[in-house]
Amino acid sequence: MLTYLARRVLVLLVTLLVASLAIFIVLEVLPGDAALLILGIEAQDDTLAALRTQMGLDRPAALRYLAWIGGLASGTTGISHTYDVPVSQLIGERLTLTVPLALIALLVSTLIAIPLGMFAATRRGRPGDYGVMGFSQIGMAIPNFWFAILSILIFAVALGWFPASGFPGWDAGLGTALWALVLPALSLALPEAAILARVTRTSVLDTLGADYVRTARAKGLAPRRVLWGHVLRNALIPMTTIIGLQFAFLLAGSIVIEAVFALPGVGRLIFQAVSQRDLVVLRDVILLLVTLVVVVNFLVDVAYTAIDPRTRRGS
Amino acid sequence: MSIIADTTRRGWKSQLLRHPNFLIGTVLTGMLILVALVSLVWTPHAFDAVAITQRMQGPSAAHWLGTDHFGRDIATRLMIGASNSIMVGVVAVGIGLVIGVSLGLLAAARGGWVDDLVARGSDVVFAFPAIVSAILITAIFGPGAVNAIIAIGIFNVPVFARVARGAARQVWGQEYARAGLAIGKSPSAVTRDHILPNIAPVLIVQATIQFAVAILAEAALAYLGLGTQPPAPSWGRMLFDAQTFMTLDPKLAILPGLAIALAVLGLNLLGDGLRDALDPRLRTERIG
Repeated sequence: MLTYLARRVLVLLVTLLVASLAIFIVLEVLPGDAALLILGIEAQDDTLAALRTQMGLDRPAALRYLAWIGGLASGTTGISHTYDVPVSQLIGERLTLTVPLALIALLVSTLIAIPLGMFAATRRGRPGDYGVMGFSQIGMAIPNFWFAILSILIFAVALGWFPASGFPGWDAGLGTALWALVLPALSLALPEAAILARVTRTSVLDTLGADYVRTARAKGLAPRRVLWGHVLRNALIPMTTIIGLQFAFLLAGSIVIEAVFALPGVGRLIFQAVSQRDLVVLRDVILLLVTLVVVVNFLVDVAYTAIDPRTRRGS
Repeated sequence: MSIIADTTRRGWKSQLLRHPNFLIGTVLTGMLILVALVSLVWTPHAFDAVAITQRMQGPSAAHWLGTDHFGRDIATRLMIGASNSIMVGVVAVGIGLVIGVSLGLLAAARGGWVDDLVARGSDVVFAFPAIVSAILITAIFGPGAVNAIIAIGIFNVPVFARVARGAARQVWGQEYARAGLAIGKSPSAVTRDHILPNIAPVLIVQATIQFAVAILAEAALAYLGLGTQPPAPSWGRMLFDAQTFMTLDPKLAILPGLAIALAVLGLNLLGDGLRDALDPRLRTERIG
């Protein structure tokens, strides 16, 4: 297990290094003059020169890359051009919205999907099953931002139950803040719930046919206890992988959903950084998202291997 | 994902027809393609014909689905949006298929460090969700349909590389593939004659699913202003415009979303139906 873990950590670090190199090349080497890209062609020569010096563009690209990664490793980030504060501070503020949002969405999606998937599996081939599978197909086809727009139209504009956009901040009180995240979290959760319900159904069906389930039934356990105690626990293994992967999708999805609801999260920051060509912010936020995706996948893999030692071979 | 290498194909057509998923998927996808093809030669109006006096009208004989906030014909814009979506899907999936399948086949045929490189390379590209790579590309080259397509295409490369690699490794484990090598065929000849034909069904199913993913991704990018640029119509952009006016006219927000959902639903159902029919081993997991 230790050798396996060491190898996986090494792969993780190499993946992150290559990813950071890709980000650096696209954002700082491909454009030629990053300062010109940020300020636009109408910029004054002395402004350009000042920005070049501030960004260290007069140094070779390899040195700048090392300075960037070295800075991140020691906890210092660049200064945003538009906000004039360290990028770490910007990202830190935005994470307090995006991470809770993604976690709530993940929770909602799991709470919807597992009962639905189990319900469908235990009624295989009957109307309940077709109903859940139909919901799942429709849920996967609906773009999350369309669902978001419709939910604003219905629950915010027509019924007035929720705010249509914006976030009051955690200082406004936990209830008020959470209330503003209900529609965004639901919009993020719906497509993921649709996928997870399918996976749950399949893995529960797989487990239902196992010998130990027959044994559990044969010794007279109540069907409910067999289902929740034996079937679900074993079916959870493949589902963990999907739930982990979904966290990454939820983070990426938050870019669109935060735009729909005008929420000041990381997704919104990345989007504003593009329109303001704030490359210093952009490279850090993108690397952060990529790191989260890679690390979550890594944790899922390790958890999977810890739960099920059979997967250790061959990986 | 598995392959049909050693299973009988007898009766797969009748299999297909018994699957309601496949039938609904075929009808919806057929309608999407038909509407897109018609829009190339004919639309009810010009897509950019502005008529402010006729803004946000309901359905009528002149405007089947009514008009938008500029008085432009919604049916026309949805039709052109369909051809836009198909174009994005074809190119983005095409990029993924050509590059990804080549890499996957190469990895499976060569093994060793080539295999490792393709697998690790896929990991790196997988770390960039389509929307993130689109943002990266847009930040440098500016927003536009072409850059959005390239971003979605890049995202598709590791998807197809993994699927092709996994399926090809299964076929390489078969006796007939080994026999090909034994009679003196080169690995590339075996790949061409045996591997590729046998993994084609898996690739077709995956391509259908990725087509749906591409349409969703392009819509999201266009919504963010990073995809197709106005005045060219795209479903995602229509939804963005609608958000300002939807309290006055909800159909502006409903129709383009419905178009996206139906297109994606059709392609997903088609992919599911094809998988059930082409891959008997997976069929057992589905509604029987």
